Amino acid sequence: MSISEIITLWSDNRGLSLLIWTVLLVTAMYLARSSAHQSIAAAARSLRAALRMTAASLVALEQRMVKRNQQVILQAGQESTERAIEREFQRVNAIVERDLSGYPAAQRTITDLIGRIESDYQASNETPPSPPEWLAAVDTISRIEKGGDSTVSQVLQSIQETIESAHEETVKAYRKSSLDRLQVLKKMLPSWRGLSQTVASMSSAVTDLSERSVFIDKQMDKYERIRRKDEQVARALASSSLTQFFVAGLVLVIATFGGLINYQLIALPMSEMVGGVSEIGGWRTADIAAMVIIMVEVAMGLFLLESLRITHLFPIISSMDDKMRKRMVFVTLTILTILATVEASLAYMRDLLALDREALAQSLAGAAAGNVEFRWIPSIGQMVMGFILPFALAFVAIPLESFIHASRTVIGLVTASVVRVLAYAAKMTGQMMYQAGRITIHVYDMAIFLPLSVEHLVRNSKAAHEGDDPDGINVTHDETVGGTKP
Amino acid sequence: MKIHKLLVTVILCAGLIACGEKAPKTKAVYMLIDTSGTYTRELDKAQKIGNYLLGSLNSGDSLAMARIDSGSFSEKDIISKVTFDMRPSLATTQKHQFKRQLDKFVSNAKPSAHTDISGAVLQAAEFLNETQAQEKYILIFSDLEEDLVKGQIRDFTMPLVQIKVIALNVTKLRSDNIDPRDYLNRLDNWEKRVYEGGGLWKVVNDLDRLDKLLDS
Repeated sequence: MSISEIITLWSDNRGLSLLIWTVLLVTAMYLARSSAHQSIAAAARSLRAALRMTAASLVALEQRMVKRNQQVILQAGQESTERAIEREFQRVNAIVERDLSGYPAAQRTITDLIGRIESDYQASNETPPSPPEWLAAVDTISRIEKGGDSTVSQVLQSIQETIESAHEETVKAYRKSSLDRLQVLKKMLPSWRGLSQTVASMSSAVTDLSERSVFIDKQMDKYERIRRKDEQVARALASSSLTQFFVAGLVLVIATFGGLINYQLIALPMSEMVGGVSEIGGWRTADIAAMVIIMVEVAMGLFLLESLRITHLFPIISSMDDKMRKRMVFVTLTILTILATVEASLAYMRDLLALDREALAQSLAGAAAGNVEFRWIPSIGQMVMGFILPFALAFVAIPLESFIHASRTVIGLVTASVVRVLAYAAKMTGQMMYQAGRITIHVYDMAIFLPLSVEHLVRNSKAAHEGDDPDGINVTHDETVGGTKP
Repeated sequence: MKIHKLLVTVILCAGLIACGEKAPKTKAVYMLIDTSGTYTRELDKAQKIGNYLLGSLNSGDSLAMARIDSGSFSEKDIISKVTFDMRPSLATTQKHQFKRQLDKFVSNAKPSAHTDISGAVLQAAEFLNETQAQEKYILIFSDLEEDLVKGQIRDFTMPLVQIKVIALNVTKLRSDNIDPRDYLNRLDNWEKRVYEGGGLWKVVNDLDRLDKLLDS
């Protein structure tokens, strides 16, 4: 039975039939009013309750995730701080071993130098020449009146000459003595310098140690705060993790571009090795081979940095004994060098192929092949790039490690935010459903306003006859017939 | 842990099976060059098309060129044929060699007395089917006016299944100018014969639009 047939069930006159249908429908709705109100209200309440429950579960989940994220962040921060402290202690150990282990020797050197300087100082003490004892007698004689006596005059002249001669000798002796003392002081100079250098080196070591100790103090403080699950430290660590994520992501994007350039360098010549036509899964085999070479280079770089203990992505490599690790460094470095050499030769071959194609294109276009000068420059450039890029790509392990570690935090934060939004949406939807239920009840009553008005009038008139308050009856009626409002 | 390992192994195996080495879409092109009468003057255009083909085709593709003369259902009319090597460097060398042979043909071509286009198309179809390429093209560089030697039988259905026949530079004859219906009838007749043989038909008269010549 079609809709049209259902509409015209009561009469061929569409309008009349529709009217009958409306009357029937309104009557049925009026009779079922109480049950309908209760059903709508119950459905709305159920939906709200279900969505509230969902929201509550999501909030709980979000809180668990936030807690877990905080744990992850603090754990990562703790590990990082532990590593930093360990590294600082290693440096302190190195300083102590390198500089302070020589402290007894340095002390001995200083003591020796000080002793030597002291003895030299003693040796350089200035002893003023003592005046001759007969100088007072000579002075008395020199005061005697000459009286014009030539003999006395000669004697005095002789005395004066003797005195001058004695004075000259004394001065000479004094100068010689001063020169000797100067020589002794000159000998002291290297000892002073040695002493100064020894003291400076000791001072540098002590200053370095002091700086390290300040840094260790800071790290220890941070470590203690992490252990106490300090909120401020957790926020700082999360922020640092986000920064790490973006910085490492940026470096990885740069590395990806480097990889693409590398790919362009070797994709064409690879077709000389694996053929230029065959395909694997819709991709040219030559392209896949080029990509595989680049991936292997990156993998070798990962293993190399892992073996050097620069990165810590593979615990099995870090925990190897030193001998095995050194072997691994040698092997990965050798493979990387071989691959770089292969790439350099492929880059050269690419240049040859490009030249060949260019010559063919010129020939097909009817142009004479030109002799381009300095053609060797791009050739060498490509070869150098082919050799350097694999080593540059090897270092991608460092940002990759940071990115992976930071991703845990970032993914956790993003997921927690999404869950929070979902919880809010569920709560909001539940409330909207509840309000929609109430609106539906009112709309329901609007649809059957005619019988409701009649009922209202009848009840009013009945109340008037009985002398009761008609409004009071209406309220009661609403409560019983209309069902409980949600 | 064991389940994880098993899953990874299964996924890897599935990936390897799905990624089996596939044969690529190769092309085979057979170009027929009309050498009858005054059409030899158009050979420089044929040379241009040949150069375009050499520039467009890649490793694994096949190319052959043959002239249309009095009896063209014969290998002796083939100017040059080649299947380009998988290695690009060798393919480039083959292209150089092919070009030299084409140039030599263009400079030494002599007009033929008759035009056996049907025989040439049959020869081309035979060659193309042997190549087993995915896309097969016959390029007919001619005015499509067939002029058979008395006694030659060519009025039968040609086997052109999955072959795309492209008529190039179909020039108008003097008689076409008097009654253009002759030209249209000639084209219709060839189109009908190609479709009867199971092939596809296309006419390209504007040689400046060669870039879409081999678009499937």
